[in-house]
Amino acid sequence: MKQDIFQAIADPTRRAILTLLTIQALTPNVMAEKFDMSRQAVSKHIKVLHECDLIKSEQSGREIYYHFNAKKMQEFDHWLAQFRQNWETQFNQLDKLLTTIKEQK
Amino acid sequence: MNNDLLFDFTVDKAAQTVYITREFNAAQSLVWDAFTKPELLDQWGAPAPMRMKTKYMDFKVGGRRFYAMISPDGQEGWSVQEYTSITPKTNFKMYNAFSDKDENRELPGSEWDYTFREENDRTKVNITIYNESLERMEKMIEMGFRIGFTMTLENLEDLLTTLSRKL
Repeated sequence: MKQDIFQAIADPTRRAILTLLTIQALTPNVMAEKFDMSRQAVSKHIKVLHECDLIKSEQSGREIYYHFNAKKMQEFDHWLAQFRQNWETQFNQLDKLLTTIKEQK
Repeated sequence: MNNDLLFDFTVDKAAQTVYITREFNAAQSLVWDAFTKPELLDQWGAPAPMRMKTKYMDFKVGGRRFYAMISPDGQEGWSVQEYTSITPKTNFKMYNAFSDKDENRELPGSEWDYTFREENDRTKVNITIYNESLERMEKMIEMGFRIGFTMTLENLEDLLTTLSRKL
């Protein structure tokens, strides 16, 4: 897991970009238009998203299109699922302990 | 086991907060003890095959708990908890930070809030974990991932042992 995936998702503009890209691939120019932002500002967001693999680029003629990388997001969710799994294991251990204590009484 | 007990786990990535709700088939005072007495906490606080060891625990506002999570190969990961608010049997809050073996904290840490409520002979526990920094949340989850990975390997070992006995 790359270091900056939380940073990438924590920014509301980047979340909006990701949401938009789940619907269709877009060029930086179109993104700038849709968000009423400068090309430079959009490029900065794209760079962050691209570095942590949340989006992929594809050259088409003179234009670069950005796609949402669903696989990466899934990987991230699996990672969180693992965290959930640890809690589940711990709580099951606590269930056993509570039963043991109740039986001793 | 106890599949009818409620378990809810939500991660709000944007708010840097994890919400956990779990029901236990026991009275509120017993569940409270399991979360606040070191001799009980150490028995369930780490997912097997990890172990938990409390060096000391002073459960009062401003008091601390210094403990380690120990992996099967003996590696120790230390943490310090500092209690910021306690309402007996109902709620406690603490500030948790990773540390070295000499209790030097690595800040920032995370804020934990535990609420206990009894309903129909069951006790519902709500846990909220807020991470000050995104990096901290990552580290917390990464540590969980490593623990999970260790567990998976252990399970694989069990499976291999079982399989080899059959041969």
